[in-house]
Amino acid sequence: MEANLKRAKSGDLKVSVHRMEIERIRYVLSSYLRCRLVKIEKFFPHVLEKEKSRAEGEPSILSPEEFAFAKEYMANTETYLKNVALKHMPPNLQKVSLLKSVPKPNLDSFVFLRVLERQENILVEPETDEQREYTIDLEQGSQHLIRYRTIAPLVASGAVQLI
Amino acid sequence: MAGERAAGLVRELHRAAGGHLPPFRVEELRQALEEMRALYEQNQADVSEAKAGRTDLIFLIRFRHCCLLRNQRCILAYLYDRLLRIRALRWEYGSVLPNTIQFHMSAEEVRCLRDYGEFEIDDGTTVLLKKNSQFCSTSQVLPVKLLAHIANCLHGSGLQFSSA
Repeated sequence: MEANLKRAKSGDLKVSVHRMEIERIRYVLSSYLRCRLVKIEKFFPHVLEKEKSRAEGEPSILSPEEFAFAKEYMANTETYLKNVALKHMPPNLQKVSLLKSVPKPNLDSFVFLRVLERQENILVEPETDEQREYTIDLEQGSQHLIRYRTIAPLVASGAVQLI
Repeated sequence: MAGERAAGLVRELHRAAGGHLPPFRVEELRQALEEMRALYEQNQADVSEAKAGRTDLIFLIRFRHCCLLRNQRCILAYLYDRLLRIRALRWEYGSVLPNTIQFHMSAEEVRCLRDYGEFEIDDGTTVLLKKNSQFCSTSQVLPVKLLAHIANCLHGSGLQFSSA
């Protein structure tokens, strides 16, 4: 009976541990999707502009649902602002460019990264007028603090990992 | 002072910290829009006079135009920021906001929020609308290493525990 009890207990623990793991995975996935939605909401005119100006062969940065969400979000916001305020304003002020009003993401902010594939001759733009541009090599496994704009294409290709 | 009402709206919102939503100031908004209309009409009259030869009015016209732009910016900032706060509250509370908050929202804001709720549902069923709702309680979360450690302990104590 003790053996049976032990077996039943271990089965029980397996089930609950398994269930916890599933919940965890679900939470992490939801968290990831929610994070993407937050970013879309925050920068929606720029995201839509980038999507519009994307070349034919390039993959989209948004999933089809996200793209539909971004478009509807933009339409929703524009309609709201128009109906509540803009249509009551003088004729020459009834249009507002959301692209200019909504702040752009700061691509010059510094990020931490870990190098997965060795990179050579990465061009670093000067920040001030006194500095000159220079090139650096990124060793595999090294970690750096660098402006996002410099390494943006490497993130897209998977050669470096943001931390 | 031109632009005071619009700036007042923004100031009140700025002072309401922590995502709190103050009541929708319909009257002040209406007054700010009215001020814009008055400024515009004055400018219209002066533009025709300036074209007729009174060039000293040009500075006044330009000043009024700046006031109009400032009013537009403040009003739009006020409305947009309220929308952001309402959406954040929706993620906090779920689809039905408490009555105290609903009381502070205008009819268009309520409609906007309802449409926003619909986008979230259409956008993918894996996204959970209420923060932390599915994650039962954080105390039950065990990191993977701890789970492996438990498995090892159980294995060490002789219990049959095959990997999940």
